[in-house]
Amino acid sequence: MTAAALEIAGLTRTFAGPPAVTALAGVDLTVRPGEVFALLGPNGAGKTTTVGVCTTRVRPTAGTVALDGIDVARAPVRVKQRIGVVTQYNTLDRACTVFENLYYHCRYHGWGGREAAGRTGELLAQFRLADRAAAMAQTLSGGLAQRVQLARAIAHRPSMLFLDEPTAGLDPQSRLALWELIAGLRAQGITVLLTTHYMEEADRLSDRVAIIDHGKVLVTGTAAELKQRVGADTIVELQLERLDDALVARLEALPPVRRVHRGEHGLRVFGTARDGLIPPIVEAALPYGLADLRIHEPTLETVFIQLTGRELRD
Amino acid sequence: MTDGTTLRALWGMVLRDLTVLRRNFLPLMVRTVMNPLLFVFVFTYVFPTIGTGVGVGRGGEGLGYATVVVPGLVAVGMVFTAISAVALPLTMELGATREIEDRVLAPVALELVALEKIVVAAVQGIVAGLVVFPLVYFIPATPVHVHVASWPLLILVVLLASLAAGALGLVLGTSVRPQQIGLMFAVVVVPITFLGCVYYPWALLAAIPWLQHLVLINPLVYMSEGLRAALTPDLPHMPPGASLGALVAQTVALGWLGVRGFVRRTLT
Ligand SMILES: Nc1ncnc2c1ncn2[C@@H]1O[C@H](COP(=O)(O)OP(=O)(O)OP(=O)(O)O)[C@@H](O)[C@H]1O
Ligand SMILES: [Mg+2]
Repeated sequence: MTAAALEIAGLTRTFAGPPAVTALAGVDLTVRPGEVFALLGPNGAGKTTTVGVCTTRVRPTAGTVALDGIDVARAPVRVKQRIGVVTQYNTLDRACTVFENLYYHCRYHGWGGREAAGRTGELLAQFRLADRAAAMAQTLSGGLAQRVQLARAIAHRPSMLFLDEPTAGLDPQSRLALWELIAGLRAQGITVLLTTHYMEEADRLSDRVAIIDHGKVLVTGTAAELKQRVGADTIVELQLERLDDALVARLEALPPVRRVHRGEHGLRVFGTARDGLIPPIVEAALPYGLADLRIHEPTLETVFIQLTGRELRD
Repeated sequence: MTDGTTLRALWGMVLRDLTVLRRNFLPLMVRTVMNPLLFVFVFTYVFPTIGTGVGVGRGGEGLGYATVVVPGLVAVGMVFTAISAVALPLTMELGATREIEDRVLAPVALELVALEKIVVAAVQGIVAGLVVFPLVYFIPATPVHVHVASWPLLILVVLLASLAAGALGLVLGTSVRPQQIGLMFAVVVVPITFLGCVYYPWALLAAIPWLQHLVLINPLVYMSEGLRAALTPDLPHMPPGASLGALVAQTVALGWLGVRGFVRRTLT
C-alpha cells in the first residue's frame, strides 16, 4: 500500500463570528502521490479553508491532516518544507521585483545565494518571465502575477502543490496558458491539490475530483465516474417563458427521460439515448414559449446540480 | 529541518528587508532627520541667537539646553525609525494584500519570522541614532557637552533601546490597520515623544509628581534616560541600572506582545 500524499480526516472548522460560521463540517479526503486532485465547489464551500488547514495557515477545530504522514498541526515547519502554495489572491511581495520574489523565496527555504539565483533564472525562462524579471510585482497584470505565483510556489521543488482557484478572474487566454503550465507540472510527477469553481478546470486538469458544498465533501471520483452517476447521457436545457408543473409532469412521462430538474429560467431534462429524445420534448415545450434549447452530455456541473439542486456559479 | 536551514531562511528575510530598505532609504532618512533637524535648528540655534533662550532650570546649571536634548532626540530618532521602517510596511504586509504569506509559508516557526522583524527594526534604529547624533551635536549655536563615561554602558543602552523600539514597532505593526496609521501617529507616536523625557530630564519632572509617575509607562523615557546616563552623565538622569532594567523588561514585554500579535494575524 502506498502512503497517501495527503490524508484529511474528519476536518471541521468553525469561525466564532458573529455570526458563527461552520466553514468545514467534517471533510474526509485522500490525495494519492502524483495525482492532480480537484476540489470543486461554489463560493463559500470551504475550499480556501481546507487549503488553509493543509498548508498550516488555518487551525482546525477538529480532525487531522497528514501530509506525507506528517501531522500538519503538530509539525508545521516540516510540512512547509514540502509544500508549495498558490493562494487565491495575489500575495506577491509588492515591494520586490519579479526576480526578487523568486530569489528570496528560495532563500526563505534555506537555499544559498548562488543556488537561488540559478533557480530563479531557470524559472524565469520556464515560465516565460525573463523580460519581466526587473518589473515590480505591483505592476503585473493578473495573468502574469499568477504565473509568477506558480513559479514561486514550485521554486523550492516541493513534493506537493496547493493551487487555490489558480485561474479565477483571468481572461480565457491567460487561463489556457496557466492550464498548460499546470499540466506540465503533472508530467513532472508533483502531487497537486487544486480548488476551483470552474467545472471545466476540474475536468481538464484533474485525475480525480471531489465536489464540496457547505463544508462537506458530497462525492469523490474521476470526472467520468461522477458523470456516470448522473444516470443520463444527454441533458437538454430548455429556456421557457413560462414554467409549469404540468409541463414537468408531461416531460417526466416521456420514456427516454430519467428526470426533470426545475431551474430558475427553465428546465433541465436528463435523458438516455439522444435518438428520439428531442422531438417529443420540443413538442411538449413549444406551448410554454420555448426560447432556447441546448443539448449536451453530463458535465461536472450537472453532477453538482443533481447533488445540490443549485448551480455552481450564480 | 536543521538549525542551519532556519538560520539561512531568517538571513534570507533579513536580506529581503535590506533590499526593500535600500530602495526606500532616502525618503526614510528624510523622515528620520526632519524632526530633530528642525528642532535643534529652532530651539538651539535660532532661539539662542535671537536671545530667547530655553533653559532647563534646576539641576542643569552650567549645561545648556542643547546638551539636554541630545540623548532624547537620538532616542526619538531611533523609535521613530523603528516604527516607520517596520510598523508601517508590516501593516501593509499583514493587510489586504497579505504579502507576508510567502514568509509565513517559509519552513520557519512564525515566532522567528516575527523576531526577525524586531532585529531588522533594531538595526535601522541604530542607523537612525548614528545619523541623528551629528545633527544634534554640530548644529546648536551653544556648546554641547557630550562625553561617553562608559562605552559598555553606551553600547548596552543603544542595543536595548533599539530592540525595545523594534519590539514597539512590531506591536504597533501587528495591532494597527493600514487605514489607522495616521491615528496611530497622533495617539501613540506624538504623545510618547512629547512625554518621553526627550526635552527635559526625568528628574526635573519632580515638580509635577503625577506626571513624573505617569511617564514611567513610556518606553521612550528609559531610552532617553539611559542615553543621558551614557552620553551626558553630568546632567540629571535615572540610575543606569534602573533604565537598563526597565528597558530589558519592556523589550521582553513588548517583544512577547508583538510576537503574539504576529502569530494571531498570520494563523487564522
Ligand atoms: N477568517 C474567517 N472568519 C470568518 N468566517 C470565515 C473566515 N474565513 C472563511 N470564512 C467563512 O467560511 C466559509 C468558507 O469560506 P472559504 O473561504 O473556505 O470558501 P471558498 O470555498 O474558498 O469560497 P470562495 O470561492 O469564495 O473562495 C464562508 O462562509 C466564509 O465566509
Ligand atoms: Mg476560496
